[in-house]
Amino acid sequence: MARVWLDGNEAVARGAVAAGCRFFAGYPITPATGILNHMLALLPPAGGICLQGEDEIASIGFCIGASMAGLRAMTATSGPGISLYSEQISFAVGSEIPLVIVDVQRLGPSTGSATRGADGDIQFLQWGNSGGLPVVVYAPVDAADCFRLVQTAFHTSDALRTPVFIASNKEIALTRESLDEAALPVLPPGGRPSPPEGRPYRPFETPEGGRVPPFLPIGGGTLVRQTSSTHGADGYITTDPAEITRMLRRMQAKIEAAAEELALFEHRRAPGADTLLVTYGVTSRSAAAACKTLARRGTPVSHLILKTLWPVPAGAIRRAAEGLRRILVVEMNLGQYVREIERVLPGRSVAFLGQMDGRLIAPETILEAVLHG
Amino acid sequence: MDSLLNAARPPVFCPGCSHERITRSLDRAFARLALRGEQIAIVSDIGCSGLFDTFFHTHALHGLHGRALTYAAGIKLARPQTTVVVTMGDGGQGIGGAHLLAACRRNLDLTLLVLNNFNFGMTGGQYSATTPSEADVGSGFLNRLERPLDLCAVARAAGAPYVVRCSAYREDVDQVIAQAIAYRGFSLVDLWGICPGRFSRKNRLTVQEIDRQLAGLPSCEGPVPENERREFGAHYRELAAGVKAPEAPLGLSPRFDSQAAGREEVLLLGSAGQRILTAGEIFCLAGMLAGLYATQKSDYDITVLRGPSISEMILSPEPIDYTGITRPTVVFALGPEGVARRKALWAELDEECLVLQAEGVDTPPTRARQVRLALKQQGFSRPDWALAALGALAKSRRVIREEMLLAALEARLSGAALEAACAVVHRVAPAG
Repeated sequence: MARVWLDGNEAVARGAVAAGCRFFAGYPITPATGILNHMLALLPPAGGICLQGEDEIASIGFCIGASMAGLRAMTATSGPGISLYSEQISFAVGSEIPLVIVDVQRLGPSTGSATRGADGDIQFLQWGNSGGLPVVVYAPVDAADCFRLVQTAFHTSDALRTPVFIASNKEIALTRESLDEAALPVLPPGGRPSPPEGRPYRPFETPEGGRVPPFLPIGGGTLVRQTSSTHGADGYITTDPAEITRMLRRMQAKIEAAAEELALFEHRRAPGADTLLVTYGVTSRSAAAACKTLARRGTPVSHLILKTLWPVPAGAIRRAAEGLRRILVVEMNLGQYVREIERVLPGRSVAFLGQMDGRLIAPETILEAVLHG
Repeated sequence: MDSLLNAARPPVFCPGCSHERITRSLDRAFARLALRGEQIAIVSDIGCSGLFDTFFHTHALHGLHGRALTYAAGIKLARPQTTVVVTMGDGGQGIGGAHLLAACRRNLDLTLLVLNNFNFGMTGGQYSATTPSEADVGSGFLNRLERPLDLCAVARAAGAPYVVRCSAYREDVDQVIAQAIAYRGFSLVDLWGICPGRFSRKNRLTVQEIDRQLAGLPSCEGPVPENERREFGAHYRELAAGVKAPEAPLGLSPRFDSQAAGREEVLLLGSAGQRILTAGEIFCLAGMLAGLYATQKSDYDITVLRGPSISEMILSPEPIDYTGITRPTVVFALGPEGVARRKALWAELDEECLVLQAEGVDTPPTRARQVRLALKQQGFSRPDWALAALGALAKSRRVIREEMLLAALEARLSGAALEAACAVVHRVAPAG
């Protein structure tokens, strides 16, 4: 079988175009620039639009406009840019604007190290919106995951009318690797919910029992209102506490109630294990290597690889932890997602191994933490 | 033509506010152009100008302070047939200054109406980018320290092809707005008005005073001949139509048997300009042609042709989990910058590791087996050293073989570049 040679950034770009993305805007920033470069090569021949904004705020603003006009839109950046996106992210969250946002994480804080990897934005992606509504974040392990998860991100973003993040990492984005062709499937197309016929369109009205308002584009035959202000079902400002509560609870519930359905993970159960390793992103690969060595040495360890980070796949975490003596969470930061694991598993022994120095966490380091940590 | 004003949501401005006049003028401008509501998108942002979208039966998007032009650009590019009108205040020109400059430079077919009333009305009359230095506003003495921005001069300097400065009280303001909307390109209308709720309480500003001040400024009445040029969207679509679709990513099927017993980690340490990254890629493709999995990571400085250039490659018969280098099989030392960047490596190498070093490149002390490659003496120029060194390794049948390397070159290169690369591999002497 043929194998394909590509890096995580190219895989993101190709996956996005395969998912029907027809609008991209970004601002050059290492290590995310490759996505901008690939989109610039891919979108114009596909009839799409690729722009380099005057800054990050403009880039995501273009995407918000294009998405509301009906195109599937994506932007990509790294830590310094995701910080600048923050205000627009809040807009997309609170006004239910479908959008895929790729954060190719690099070592922070601040401008940090442009060419060194880290997973330092994991809590920021969830809580970097004012108002604190839930978001969806997927974390790829390798370039094949980039290709698949960006397609899933478009599906989720359309289906739930919400921005969806891809938490990539320099170590995936700029690492080229050989991938089995079968690991790069094109998923069936998704879509945004459409309104029922024969009723006046109210842009934030949900059908009976539904949580996601049907979508119509700005510029189409039916007038559409969009606003960043606190609004009611008609898209006009409201100060009615009952209506505000209804809207915000619905937006919260549409993500939280879908948590099980959105949960993507890989559980590698090892018979005889007493420890569960919990990882996400590129660290999962080091942990997988450590697990293989440990199994050979007669100390099997179970491994849970989370590919959906937000909403927290609590059910999967609880099921994977069942009956195990110890949980070890490994992250390329100073301890971010471990807080969620502790929250989901109260009273359990949850240990943490973190490293944030610009290097991958080596399998040997994880192995040591399992055996002697 | 019927009014597009929303009867259910009449304007809610302070008594005497010029924004209300502009609301009605904009409605008449739409009527002059015989536009229906579905053909128009009004994009607004924060401040009193941000109320505009609610007064009309049109498409509407209301967003963040100073960012209206960014959403408008996305809408217009996605839907070129839609008439996009942006309403912003003078406040928005300060916080969104970068977007104003970019919109002028870009020349996308948008119309920006600046509802310029010289202060932040909604937050208590603080000074904005256009507040006169001598005005008495809600920011204490701070506005006395700054000069107001001449929006029209800035727009013209930044390349806006259509710029109008006029009083909100001018008789024909609806026609002025209609002409700006009809202009095919970026048009800016700087509408001077009075904020009775804040600004004119402490500052003497009347309709006549606005006329007097405008008369003292260079006239801006529409097209700026030196800036007139192709509209961005149409130009984009024309250029995009000429872009050929890129090839699919390189896919390779195994053609050779691998003799690899396990994971092989190889490091290329060189200097910028030595084509280290390309050589690393060729090495990986050679492995893939023998059915091996491959990964490549690179490390280089932002400078071109100066500084270290490093490529880390792994080949393995099994899928590669960890992509870091732990115990390299082969290290190529081809440039002093790369060798120095990995100075901690040398003491850790063991006797199993083979170091292939170009004649003239020194390394720190190491237990690894060191073999010198007389690349310069064999007549290779520095940009060819990395490939020649791979050839030397392949010819000594370590990790890869010559036929794998040549096939990888064929997969990656073509024409004269392929010929030259094959010649390097044919000509180089085996390592050791």
